[in-house]
Amino acid sequence: MKAAVVTFPGSNCDRDMRVAFAAAGAEVVQVWHKDDALPAGTDVVGVPGGFSYGDYLRCGAIAANAPVMGAVRAHAGRGGMVLGICNGFQVLCEAGLLPGALVRNAGIAFVCRRVALDVTGDGPFLAGYARGTRIELPVAHHDGNYVADDETLRALDGEGRVAFRYGEAVNGSLGGIAGITSANGRVLGMMPHPERAVDTVHGGAEGLPIFRAAAVALARA
Amino acid sequence: MDPKITPELVEAHGLSPSEWDRVLDICGREPTWTELGIFSAMWNEHCSYKSSKRWLRTLPTKGPQVICGPGENAGVVDIGDGDAVVFKMESHNHPSYIEPFQGAATGMGGILRDVFTMGARPVAAMNALSFGGVDHPRTRTLVHGVVAGIGGYGNAFGVPTVGGEVRFDPAYDGNCLVNAFAAGIAKADAIFYSAASGVGRPVVYLGAKTGRDGVGGATMASAEFDDTIEEKRPTVQVGDPFTEKKLLEACLELMDTGAVISIQDMGAAGLTCSAVEMGDKGGLGIRLDLDAVPVREEGMTAYEMMLSESQERMLMVLDPAREAEARAVFDKWDLDFAVVGETIAEDRFLVLHGGEVQADLPLSTLASSAPEYDRPWEATPPAEPTGELPRIGAIDALKALIGHPNHARKQWVWEQYDHTVLADTAVPPGRGAGVVRVHGSGKALAFTADVTPRYVLADPVEGGRQAVAEAFRNLCAKGATPLAATDNLNFGNPEKPRIMGQLVGAIQGIGDACEALGTPIVSGNVSLYNETDGQPILPTPTIGMVGLLDDLGDLIDGDPREGDLALLLGGAGGHLGRSALLAALGRDEGPPPPVDLRAERAAGEFVRESRALVGACTDLSDGGLALAAFEMAAGAGLGVRIEGDLPTLFGEDQGRYLVAASFDQAEALMVAAGRAGVAVEAVGGFGGAEVRLGGDAAPLADLEALWRGAFAKALG
Repeated sequence: MKAAVVTFPGSNCDRDMRVAFAAAGAEVVQVWHKDDALPAGTDVVGVPGGFSYGDYLRCGAIAANAPVMGAVRAHAGRGGMVLGICNGFQVLCEAGLLPGALVRNAGIAFVCRRVALDVTGDGPFLAGYARGTRIELPVAHHDGNYVADDETLRALDGEGRVAFRYGEAVNGSLGGIAGITSANGRVLGMMPHPERAVDTVHGGAEGLPIFRAAAVALARA
Repeated sequence: MDPKITPELVEAHGLSPSEWDRVLDICGREPTWTELGIFSAMWNEHCSYKSSKRWLRTLPTKGPQVICGPGENAGVVDIGDGDAVVFKMESHNHPSYIEPFQGAATGMGGILRDVFTMGARPVAAMNALSFGGVDHPRTRTLVHGVVAGIGGYGNAFGVPTVGGEVRFDPAYDGNCLVNAFAAGIAKADAIFYSAASGVGRPVVYLGAKTGRDGVGGATMASAEFDDTIEEKRPTVQVGDPFTEKKLLEACLELMDTGAVISIQDMGAAGLTCSAVEMGDKGGLGIRLDLDAVPVREEGMTAYEMMLSESQERMLMVLDPAREAEARAVFDKWDLDFAVVGETIAEDRFLVLHGGEVQADLPLSTLASSAPEYDRPWEATPPAEPTGELPRIGAIDALKALIGHPNHARKQWVWEQYDHTVLADTAVPPGRGAGVVRVHGSGKALAFTADVTPRYVLADPVEGGRQAVAEAFRNLCAKGATPLAATDNLNFGNPEKPRIMGQLVGAIQGIGDACEALGTPIVSGNVSLYNETDGQPILPTPTIGMVGLLDDLGDLIDGDPREGDLALLLGGAGGHLGRSALLAALGRDEGPPPPVDLRAERAAGEFVRESRALVGACTDLSDGGLALAAFEMAAGAGLGVRIEGDLPTLFGEDQGRYLVAASFDQAEALMVAAGRAGVAVEAVGGFGGAEVRLGGDAAPLADLEALWRGAFAKALG
């Protein structure tokens, strides 16, 4: 598996994401935001957390228009796998690869803590979890409150595309949505940080299956 | 047109008549407007340490582990395997009171820059915050602004905030304290220093553009507040963590190329202090051409450019052969890179602007001739003895502590800080010292920040010792070996002998303890004039300390289990003078608990060596045995029973730990303690759903709800 992890100016979880993909056995390549192509043979693209372009204008809005995102769109269009975490989720929504938007937390303040999550969706990224499993992952965001129109929410629900729901009140997200997938399940965006739960130092490795699942899905493809 | 220099203008620059005479002596003429600004910037208390220098020199700063002590941007300490930890704590008190969000944010920015200027990638931050009374009308605004500012900057920059302190006392009503700590990791043989070398080498300006923000900031931070405080808002800088993050990456990338000869961040008094420091340390002169400085506003004068405290800027002396390579790195990160001058052989600080000489001063004299005062001081008189025992039940006493923001659980604060970014956090906030793994290794660093200002007020020497001892104890409780410390000394007006006596006493106590505990001071900062309308803050010498775990497997971070025994190490207590309990009851009485540094060291070493026999461990400090036991129990969702009367339960005698251990562990621990000469006794046990203190009890659930909710209820 070859994972290409994008670095925007202001990304600050790009290294952690590279470490997590490597822990799952991937060959990892760093991609610069000004690049207009992905490395040959890229299987999965990682769009990391952080504050791309300072989160100025609107979280993820400037990054969605970075040169590299054209190549990421094309990769997704070919059925390639894309994983967006935290700011990466915001970028994927702004880029139109996932529906809906992430707005300021209902409680106004930044929130960093471990939260309970229920695995509620299907798709290649979630193959390592039994649907209905409850896990715990850290969150760390200021704008993680997921919103979408009713029609989108119904579709996400009906198609098994709500990957994770919060098991507790976190940020005011509609339906407690913490992560969603694209219609083909091969693009996953999520606010919690699985890359901060891949090692014993993190007090649990409940995030690792997401990175491993990519490798499994690719082996099957 | 430059303003005419009048006695009023000199006074407004914070220069005393005798200092002004000295300026005239050095210049041999009347200085220009820009030169007056430069002297004011170099000689204010914040930059020159003129009141404290004489005493700071007495602190122990050396040890086999110390690679670089005070005097550079941050201290550097060896952590083995060719790695070093680089750290410092610095205050941003005055700006945070005037504009809490930006004041605290730029405090973070400044301390992070101090660390990465030396070639280290920041890996951990802490903040020690002191606010006025919970009911003071300004307190809530300050708390919200400061916490949001720290989070807003640190979270975006991408450094985990893993520890700190938050306290409330009416003595801080007019002056809050924001003490920011940062630590980074570097290779021990790739530390970057500020001393320039080589003549005719380019002086390069890096980072954000220069604006008018913060002009006069350091001078503002060296004065008392009065009712004109609102007028000082323009002296507060504005932070941009996005630029800082890019500056970090660009600087580390550039340092890797080998093109950097020396580098200095632009902090207080910006371009002035950084240029003078680089020249002075290298025994060189500096010529600056301000026409080349990247500016974000039209028509800035030389005076404004030299005194601007715009953030996210660096000054560097470059290997001229590598200029193109260096420029390419900054182009890549879309940051300004401008050659603004050069090193010169003559001992001159020459500043040109618009083709005219704006300043021409002897550089080494300017750097070294800052006044130094031996200010008169008075020792604090011994405290009156403690009055009678409070008539209060043990559970009500506990409630008085945990129901107040001072001792309630502070997750409202730390959940606003990203404490897991970089994915190396092993112990998050709320469990004693924060612990961060050294990336890519099995080692870890532990961090703590401590001081008990009410002790320092009553007895500055003992209070200074206690601040160091408590930091030492916090690290040992995690199984870490304390390495070295940074001190952030916050006091009132040093021109008052009583205040100066607090500073002198605290430094003496800190020095004693650092010597005895083997933790030299490697960096620090002094913040004086924390007074409003003549009312000083409590003397607050915050100690930041760093410890090493050679192997993360040595970490002590368990929770007590049902049926564990509660063991008290270090002896029974009973000292209620200046205790948190008395303070919560509105009584400032008695002397603080004395610190026995030898016993402190022995107890700490015993805990570290006995880690295999310790199920869970916490040090005892504010609130004594009762609060420590409650926090340990509530954190695990277990009840606890502790025997003893009020002084035993709430006394704050030093050098003590509470350990939870199984019966077998306890037996072995007692034998080991006997051999080591450390007092140990079983004082109760963990389990059930009730908190029982002496003869008094309450359901854990009720107390836990109070403890978890009190901070947000009062201030959220």
